[in-house]
Amino acid sequence: MIRIEGVSKNFGSKKAVDSVSFQANDKEILVVLGTSGCGKTTTLKMINRLIEPDSGNIFIEGKNIRDQKPEELRKNIGFVMQHAGLFPHYTVAQNIAIVPNLLKWEKQKIQSRILELLEKLSLTEDMLKVFPHELSGGQQQRVGIARALIADTPVLLMDEPFGALDNITKSAIHNEFKNLDELKNKTTILVTHDVVEAFELGHRICLMDKGQLVQIGTPAEMLYHPINSFVKDFFGNNRLMLEYKIASLKLVESFLKKPLSLKAQQQLIKEEDIWETLQVLSTENVYTEDYEALLQAFNQYRKLQTV
Amino acid sequence: MTQEQTLWQFIMSQHEKLLVQIGQHLGLTFLSLLLAILVGIPLGILISRRRKLSAPVLGTAGILQTVPSIALLGFMIPMFGIGATPAIIALLIYALLPIIRNTYTGITGVDPVVIEAATALGMNKTQRLFKVEFPLAMPIIIAGIRTAAVINVGVATLASFVAAGGLGEFIFGGISLNNTNMILAGAIPAALLAVLLDLIIGYLQKSTLKTLRIAFYIICSIAVATGIYFIFSVQPERKIIAGFTPEFMGRQDGDLGLRSVYGLKLNPLVVSDAIMYEAAYQGKLDLISGYSTDGRIKAFDLVVLEDDKTIFPPYYAAPIIKTKTLKKFPGLEETLNLLSGKINDSIMTDLNYKTELLKQTPEKVAKDFLVSRGLYKNANHGNGETIRIGSKIFGEQYILAEMYKMLIEGYTHYKVETKTGLGGTKICFDALMNDAIDFYPEYTGTGLLVLLKLSEQTIKEVSKDSKKTYDYVQREFQKQYQLQWLKPIGFNNAYALMMRRVQAKQLHISTISELSEYCAKNKF
Repeated sequence: MIRIEGVSKNFGSKKAVDSVSFQANDKEILVVLGTSGCGKTTTLKMINRLIEPDSGNIFIEGKNIRDQKPEELRKNIGFVMQHAGLFPHYTVAQNIAIVPNLLKWEKQKIQSRILELLEKLSLTEDMLKVFPHELSGGQQQRVGIARALIADTPVLLMDEPFGALDNITKSAIHNEFKNLDELKNKTTILVTHDVVEAFELGHRICLMDKGQLVQIGTPAEMLYHPINSFVKDFFGNNRLMLEYKIASLKLVESFLKKPLSLKAQQQLIKEEDIWETLQVLSTENVYTEDYEALLQAFNQYRKLQTV
Repeated sequence: MTQEQTLWQFIMSQHEKLLVQIGQHLGLTFLSLLLAILVGIPLGILISRRRKLSAPVLGTAGILQTVPSIALLGFMIPMFGIGATPAIIALLIYALLPIIRNTYTGITGVDPVVIEAATALGMNKTQRLFKVEFPLAMPIIIAGIRTAAVINVGVATLASFVAAGGLGEFIFGGISLNNTNMILAGAIPAALLAVLLDLIIGYLQKSTLKTLRIAFYIICSIAVATGIYFIFSVQPERKIIAGFTPEFMGRQDGDLGLRSVYGLKLNPLVVSDAIMYEAAYQGKLDLISGYSTDGRIKAFDLVVLEDDKTIFPPYYAAPIIKTKTLKKFPGLEETLNLLSGKINDSIMTDLNYKTELLKQTPEKVAKDFLVSRGLYKNANHGNGETIRIGSKIFGEQYILAEMYKMLIEGYTHYKVETKTGLGGTKICFDALMNDAIDFYPEYTGTGLLVLLKLSEQTIKEVSKDSKKTYDYVQREFQKQYQLQWLKPIGFNNAYALMMRRVQAKQLHISTISELSEYCAKNKF
């Protein structure tokens, strides 16, 4: 659990972060969302003391981070950067093993942990010996994630981790990332300017603007109960798609007048969102009825949300 | 005339000396380079940490680099004496700038994203430096070392001025002795060393970190070993430390004559005449090969040993000029001859003393002298053709050049241009032959021994008498080069062995024969 209390940071006369307070719970992915210059990255970097706040306190698992040596603190926090930030003179294997080597793990333990992560992040063993520049952007980012995960820290910080990837690579990684069991018992804070990414990955979203926190809540709360017009307008562009994305089939199911066809039920996953589900159904003509029924049910569900 | 040697013959006959010089050269280069690395890299790291220091540190290193190398060597003498130490320190100073600058550039040029990543992963400053910044800056740092190495191979040739050996002994000896083979025997290996070093370091630059480290250790240990071996082993203990110029070393009327006529085998250091007197004065050297009219003899209280077996031929100074030039400038010969017979040895020593020790300009010294003899006339500012006067690179020649300039400007309507400070006999003489200058003051002995290259027999015969020498060179120069020797100025600036007066008295040495006896008694 990470608790941020009234944290501020000025760069010269500019207020980069202005008394921000929020909390990231255990086992959740909290997305800090905002446009460039809103202070989201500064906030993130204050958590592992890459930037020292001017005022306010940050607690991890109840302990004030100022009471620890920065190096020790950072070894207990995984960090993923926008451009992977791999060491160009280290092989992929050496890159992944940086923190365990700092922690003086045994070679055997490091090796087996690397292999475990390779598997989970769809990397192959032959990549271990190559240097980062020989990998694609997506692969580099996976290596960057592996490096952040290897020490199994309780906290993971991610600074626009998928920002440099193309859309197709990005959505593939999103899917894998969401389902990564490594994240299950971590507190993850992810910074992004990408609204869709925030909705796809975040359990909760913390929207920032001009150094201040505007609203924090679940994706549904952000969409259906915006506290002001800024929040409403922020999601205005992608509103319809986002609405489909935050409702799961499980939630909407109860609004169906009659159950979906057996064939469709076999094909679909209950936890999948309506956007994905409709996409599956729209691919084949036999699902036309199911598609329409689901649309109707979603509209019923939606009416209740906006009240 | 003796048979002309080919370059190959010269190298074969001198190969032992050549090997020693190459060894010394490598030793000087590597040792200084190693020290420069040990000083430069930490300094580079320091200023990349504290950027405020970067401007003063890089500025200072830059200024040191622009100090002319011979001047820098000169500064070193009072502090570090002569031999390998001042040479290595001077070379170290030259190698510093590229190493510091490239370390600084390399480390500050590391991608900040990578540094941030290293910090975020929990590395402390030291780990970041050695695991990230230093390895990533390595190619640039090595490029700096490469530059420094090539610079040092070049500058190390000047080490011969302070008796530190190296290929400069052949190069500068060759220039003084008008011996092209000798110059090439020094210059070609020096150039090859530079190219080879550049290639080797360039290869290391491309190789990976691990082989690099191994190669670095190997090179360092070899360098230190050879350096120490050559630099310090070739200088055995001596009771009387002799320092001779490269020119003196290779001449019949120099070290060769001392050996054959006097049986004096001193194993001397090779040293530049620019620093030799001061080194003798400070007791770093006991015996030097000076010139009999040098002002520093007076200043440093040195005493000239009598040449009782006359191996040093007379060196009467007189302008030499092409016959066709004399025809081109009517009246010039008479003007130049105004000076003939006007300056004897003691006057010349005094004039030299004024420039060298009292730091008067050659111009002032020349004018004062001409005025006192009633020879000075104000300049005509005529608009005739320009006469170019050359001079060698020592005080006396500067004064003579100034005197001739004033005389020509006062007595004729020609314009004058002086090209002073031409490196040595060969450079001056070549400039004259190629019409880059019109005349310069030369010495009969030099003409006889260096320029004409005669057999030992002829030299012995001719050099017994100053008049004979003058007549002989006058005749031969006319025949071989169509050059005229004008009337002698009067003084005889011959080679001379000299010691500190106090020491000479103590050891009861006043002639070269006595010196030779003393040395024989004390088993050299």
